[in-house]
Order: sequence, then C-alpha cells, then structure tokens
Amino acid sequence: MRGKLSIEKPWQRWAIRFGVFIAMVILVVPGAWVVLTAFRPNIEVLARPAVWIPQHLTLNNFLGIFGLLSTQQGLPVGSYFVNSLVISITSTVIAIALGMMGGYAFARYRFRGKATLFLGFMLSRTVPGVALSLPLFIIWARLGLIDTSFGLIVVYLAVNIPFTIWLTDGFFRQIPVDLSEAAQIDGCTRWQAFWKVEFPLARSGLASAAIFAFLTSWNEYALASQLTRTTASKTMPVGLMDFTAQFTVDWTGMSAMAVLIIIPALVLTFVVQKHLIAGLTFGGVKG
Amino acid sequence: MAEVRLEKVVKRYGKLEIVHGIDLDVAHNEFVVLVGPSGCGKSTTLRMIAGLEEISDGVIRIGDRVVNDLPPRSRNISMVFQSYALYPHMSVRENLGFGLKIAGQSETEIKKRVDEAAEILGLGPYMDRLPQHLSGGQRQRVAMGRAIVRNPDVFLFDEPLSNLDAKLRGQMRVEIKKLHQRVKTTVIYVTHDQVEAMTLADRIVIMRDGYVEQVGTPSEVFDRPANVFVAGFIGSPPMNQLSATVATDGGKPVAMLSDGVAVPLPADIAGQISEGQAIVLGFRPESLAPRGHSLHGAEHSLSINRAVTIAEPLGTETILFAELGGKEVQGKMLNPRVVAPGEMLEFTLDLARLHVFDAASGKSLRA
Repeated sequence: MRGKLSIEKPWQRWAIRFGVFIAMVILVVPGAWVVLTAFRPNIEVLARPAVWIPQHLTLNNFLGIFGLLSTQQGLPVGSYFVNSLVISITSTVIAIALGMMGGYAFARYRFRGKATLFLGFMLSRTVPGVALSLPLFIIWARLGLIDTSFGLIVVYLAVNIPFTIWLTDGFFRQIPVDLSEAAQIDGCTRWQAFWKVEFPLARSGLASAAIFAFLTSWNEYALASQLTRTTASKTMPVGLMDFTAQFTVDWTGMSAMAVLIIIPALVLTFVVQKHLIAGLTFGGVKG
Repeated sequence: MAEVRLEKVVKRYGKLEIVHGIDLDVAHNEFVVLVGPSGCGKSTTLRMIAGLEEISDGVIRIGDRVVNDLPPRSRNISMVFQSYALYPHMSVRENLGFGLKIAGQSETEIKKRVDEAAEILGLGPYMDRLPQHLSGGQRQRVAMGRAIVRNPDVFLFDEPLSNLDAKLRGQMRVEIKKLHQRVKTTVIYVTHDQVEAMTLADRIVIMRDGYVEQVGTPSEVFDRPANVFVAGFIGSPPMNQLSATVATDGGKPVAMLSDGVAVPLPADIAGQISEGQAIVLGFRPESLAPRGHSLHGAEHSLSINRAVTIAEPLGTETILFAELGGKEVQGKMLNPRVVAPGEMLEFTLDLARLHVFDAASGKSLRA
C-alpha cells in the first residue's frame, strides 16, 4: 500500500479525484449519450440549437424498430438478436474449450516448436482484422460460407482461440504443478487431477477469457459487415446500418438498437464477474 | 507388507544422466532418509518411486509388484510435498478426504478416517478452514494428514520441513518421528539437512551427483563414514580433514601433517598404508578438546598446544577454532569456561576416533 502512504496532502488527493472524474466523464458520456438518445424523440435530438437536457422521454424508438408503430416498418431485430446470440455463444464455448486445452498444454508440457508456435499465435493478433476482410471474403465465397452463421463462427474462433490460449496459459502457469501431482498420488488420473483441482483454480482466468471472447464476437462489426448479407446471418452490430438510408440516418432508432446490443453484454459481465475472484490459489502452497 | 526395492535405477533427461543406476532396499516399516546436497538426485529418485518421473532404466518394486509403468495412483503410496501442495479451494476436511473420495469410499468411512487422522495430528479446530487461513505448521500437518488417511503402503516425504522456520522445524521433526512410531509404515524421506537425517532415520542413504555414497544406520555413517564426502557431510560442525603423509616414527605409522605434527595412526590400518602415501586425516570436533573438557580420556590421545583463534560459546559447549596442519580446525570444549581469543590451550586429540582416508580415492581406510 505504498500508494496510500505517498498521498499526504489534501490538495493532491483532490487533484487525483479530479483527474479520475475527467477520465470517467470521457469514458461514460458517449455511452450515456447513446442511452439518452434512445429514449428521446427524433425532433429533440436533431433540434438546433441543441437541446442538452431531455424534455421528453419516449419508448417509441424501441417500439419502432420492432415494428409496433404505425408510422414505420419494423426491422428483423429478432433474427439479428438470435444470430448474434448463436454466433457469439457458439464461438465462445468452442474457443474456451479449445483455448483452455491449448493453454494447459503450453503451461504444462514441453514439446518441439513450442516457443515458435506460441509466438505464431501471438503474431496472429497483430494483424488488424479488417486487413483480413478481403482474403477472407474471397475464400469464404469459394467455400460458400458467405452469409452463414457457421462462416462467422469460424472467423471469431480464429480471433479468440489464440487470445484464450495466451490468457489461460498464464493462469495455469500460476497453479503449482505440485497440486496436480498431489492429486495423482491421491488416486486421480491425469484427467481427474485437471478437472477436480486445476480447473476449479483456473476458473477465474477462464471466466475472463470467456467474457473477452463473447464481447469480441458480440460487438464485432467490420468482418461481420463483409461476410453477412441477410437475416440468415446478420448480427446486431451489422443491423445498426439498417438505420442509414441514402440521405438520412435514424439516429434515435440506431441508439435504441445500440442499447439492445449493450444490455446482454452488461448482463453477462455481471453474471460472470463473481467468478473473477483472484488469488484463490493463494495459501495452497508454501507458508 | 511393503518393502521398496530399487535395482539399477537410472534417470536420464535426453543425454544427461541424473541418476546412475541406484540400488536400494527399504525394508517393511523402515524409515529411510535420502540425504545429500542439492542436485544429488535424491528428489528425482523419490519422484521415480512415486511415479511422477518415468525411470529410464532399471526396476522399482513396491511389495511384490514391479511398478515401473504404473501411474502414481496405482502404487498405493502417499507423498508430502515440500510446498505441501494442499488444494487451495478445499477445506482442511475436504483436503484430507479427497483421496478417499476419489477411491469411492462411503461418506461415513471417509468421515471416520478423516476424523482419526485429524485426531492424531491435532487438526480438530481447523477442519473447516481453507489452507490459506492456516499457519505453516498447520499446513504441514494437513499435508501429513492427507498422507496418512489413505493408509498407504509407503509414505514419501520430499523435504517436508524446509519451508518452516528453525523452531517449528524442530517441533515437526519430533512429530514426524512420533507419527512413524504410531502409524507403522515404510517411509522414504528426502532432505538436504543431515540433522533431520540423523534424528529421523533407521537408515540413511547419502547421495552425491546421482550416486549412492553410503547406506547405513545413523551411527554407522557417523562413526564409520565410507569416504571423505560422507565424513564432511554428516555431523555438525563438520569433521576436520587434514592432508597428511604416512611416515614411520619409532617403527609405528604416523600421519605427518604439513606443520610437522606427527599423529600416530591406528594399528588396524597398518596393512593398508605404505610410507609416503598421501592420506586425509579426519577427526570430529568432539575428538579435539582442551584437557579436562573432553569426552575421551587422556590415555591414547595426542597432546597438542595451540592458540585459540575464535571461540563460539553455545552454552553447554564451546566451539574452539585453532590452526593445525596448515588449516583451521574446530574443537569442542565441554563444560566450557570463558576462553579468550589468542589463549594458549593444551588440546588432546582422541587417537581412537581418527578417520583415515586415501587421498587419491577419498575412500576410508577404516570402514
């Protein structure tokens, strides 16, 4: 707790609070503005001079995108939502399962080419996703994977597996080998030792990896916009572009949709966060 | 019945050979300690017995089974790790019962045996705590409890006390000894601490660089070390070792030290030495004591006057440093009085307890 000790003067404390406040404002305002816009009528949002304090709040934007208003046609939000959910969950589950095994192997086993392979996985993360969009498009077109959920799942697996391997490798490394050996002497097979001792201890790492993988797939726009076409595979973020027409943008509708995208991500984060208890391995070994 | 037998056991990592064909017999219910400096292969040997390391060559038997290719869980052994290796996410009770649960024992049987072990080790009040809420000594006890509940054929200990402070280490040493007296089982115990080896073992196996240097009871390895290495490793403070040359004085063999002191050699080695042979003369600090402060009598001893360079009072005894044979040697003063540095004392060297080693091979000429 050296940081605590070094803050002695009240003005320093206030300076830090002010700095944190500014940082929070920068982080929160755009998100808050989207949420606010989602509940305001279009007229107020587009008004000049700008109306900063909301005068009217309305649910019409949400009703509109579901087609519940007589004035506009609805969007296939249901299909988008289901596509997003299926693609994100499937790719997350597979990425975690494979990534966990990979991470465990990197943490526990010695094999030829290990360092090179690991570096290769990490280097794959240095390529910006958009740079892959053209080659991906061409290959996916040949394979008939354009506009399929499966095609997008494969893309997200390629993005998420290396990251999961990297993250879980670190977590498994922190778990002493002694624990698995003790379990094996206690009568476990290698697999039981993993499942009953190492896996529960790595749970917080796996939870972090899962959140990351899910959010990556859930929020991804650039590749999804290239590789999807119709309600067969379009995801929520791609659906946002339905609100742009040739000359107009339906900002309030788009914001309402954005809120719908944010909610599941928030819920998931809250659900999983209780597993993110660090330091559970502490105290099992040494004195 | 579970004796452990190692026959020509070899461990190689690639081309590097760590353990060079060890032979070892551990009798049923015997407490055997593998001791040696770090890197001598003692932990590797233990891990091979446990099944945590594959053996590169040779045979390991536990009881009447060859266990070479059996996984650890099929060997009916238990092991206490240096790090304790308690499962951090399980309470003490769950830690103790884990092996029984895996073996498919009934809840009532598990409870009975866990409670028994807890009773033996005094763990009663901590049963629902997580390992992180226990002190080092308590964790150590849980680790031992986890080993005994399963009622194994063989207990393996891998430097179990090295993470404890000196005081606790002493206490736990006594507890381990009591435990072995109470729960009669074959024990193989690895340590680098020769005091632990001496106090706990029925027999000590002294290892160096992947070879067994000597196997014997504590008094055997202490009184009749097989070579220079064992002589220096066992005993604290260590045995004094001085280079000398065999000479003859009045028809009897003597060891001529570099400073001209002639130490009469024991008669029983007469046949093994020749004049001019380079030898190492060894004697323990307790064999060199000021007159009137020794274990040995004045007869059959050599009187040497020396100035004390340093005196280390330890209460019941004082360790005295002096120059002899060109080296600094340590003597032990029983019923000590205050000794000032530089003080001249008459030391007596117990000639009956001399150790003589061949300088070239390092082997004892008296073993």
